[in-house]
Amino acid sequence: MINKIVATVAEALAGVKDGSTVLIGGFGSVGQPDVLIEGLIEQGATNLTAVLNNAGVGRVGVARLMELGRVRKIICSFPRSSDPVVFETLYREGKIELEIVPQGTLAERIRAAGAGIPAFYTATAAGTLLGKDKENREFDGRQYVMERALKGDVALVEAWEADRWGNLVYRGSGANFNPVMAMAAELTIAQVQHIRELGTLHPHMIMTPGVYVNRVVQVDRGGDWLKPEGEA
Amino acid sequence: MKPFTRDQMAARLAADVPEGWCVNLGIGIPTMVANHVPPEREVIFQSENGVIGMGPAPAKGQEDPWLINAGKQLITLAKGASFVGHADSFAMIRGGHIDLCVLGGFEVAENGDLANWATSENDTAPAVGGAMDLAAGAKRLWVVMDHTTKDGRPKIVERCGYPLTGLGCVNRVYTNLAVLDVVPGKGFVVRDLAPGWSLAEVQAKSAATLHTN
Repeated sequence: MINKIVATVAEALAGVKDGSTVLIGGFGSVGQPDVLIEGLIEQGATNLTAVLNNAGVGRVGVARLMELGRVRKIICSFPRSSDPVVFETLYREGKIELEIVPQGTLAERIRAAGAGIPAFYTATAAGTLLGKDKENREFDGRQYVMERALKGDVALVEAWEADRWGNLVYRGSGANFNPVMAMAAELTIAQVQHIRELGTLHPHMIMTPGVYVNRVVQVDRGGDWLKPEGEA
Repeated sequence: MKPFTRDQMAARLAADVPEGWCVNLGIGIPTMVANHVPPEREVIFQSENGVIGMGPAPAKGQEDPWLINAGKQLITLAKGASFVGHADSFAMIRGGHIDLCVLGGFEVAENGDLANWATSENDTAPAVGGAMDLAAGAKRLWVVMDHTTKDGRPKIVERCGYPLTGLGCVNRVYTNLAVLDVVPGKGFVVRDLAPGWSLAEVQAKSAATLHTN
């Protein structure tokens, strides 16, 4: 029997190694694997490369992981937030490396890794500072920049529902980076609000087939996050 | 005469968005454009985080924490809305399926170059977000911004001084003083002036030639 459901967050994060590249889903507070990030803080892996859209807010979650000195490098599109204090302090002190990637290029580099494509060309960033030190090539009279695939050792994702095969259904704008990151890591770990019986998730609603997912843990975000869909 | 307010700039731009377009709105004044497209004119608002078909802001008490836009503000869905993940959202953007993108700007040059993400080559941790993808991928790019900086320096220029977001990508600029088309091989062409402003007055606040046709 296939069963990817694990009982605890500690079990979900077991074996994450020092030096790992960790893909972290979410956009804003939506679709963010917050419980898994706390679990990673507990788990202890260090010297990490974190790949995510922002660079943490306040002193919790990814910001806390950074403040504890566990993140060597961050790869993101937008290192700003309502409160980016931890990142900005570490960056100013030279204690964290930053790679800025345009948001769509970040998503596509991760997708390429998941799809077995080592590199691709995009017009995004052609002629700009972010395209400067990369191979530039002209196709049909337009300039393109070569971008390399970005693979994770670990992906931390959040979904609304899962079954024991690891099939994932997202909610609202909670898909964002989660489905693409789920397909691009050696070890994909999902936190979900609900575990459903195998066969009850509608096949067309499953955005991430369980083939991409290694471990699923049920968490409780509580409050308004748990209201049924369509009921505000 | 007073220049256009931020809301008036958004309204002026919204008046030029026809029914049927799929439109991506950037953060700031661009987001306000949606408030000025009447509901009977069907425009599909795409948000880079994978929402295709945003509706108006939620009424108090009707907020759904799972629904946000690119600016992390709570939203509602329009009838007909759909969700995709980031890879598909940016495939839509990069693949030329967005009829119009509206962004803010630091500078727009007469060759259509846009600078809107970093204020120097040594900027500490500049934040690009999806701006470069949108600049390169959208069918049309309209910029909405003040005509000058707060201290009066022109943002309508011959060549951008700040690091570029995209090359030759801007088609039109809506400022608090004028609406300017960017015409390849020619430069800025005035389409409209804010009420009470003369071409000479607006030209004096610009660092590039404003053509009249």
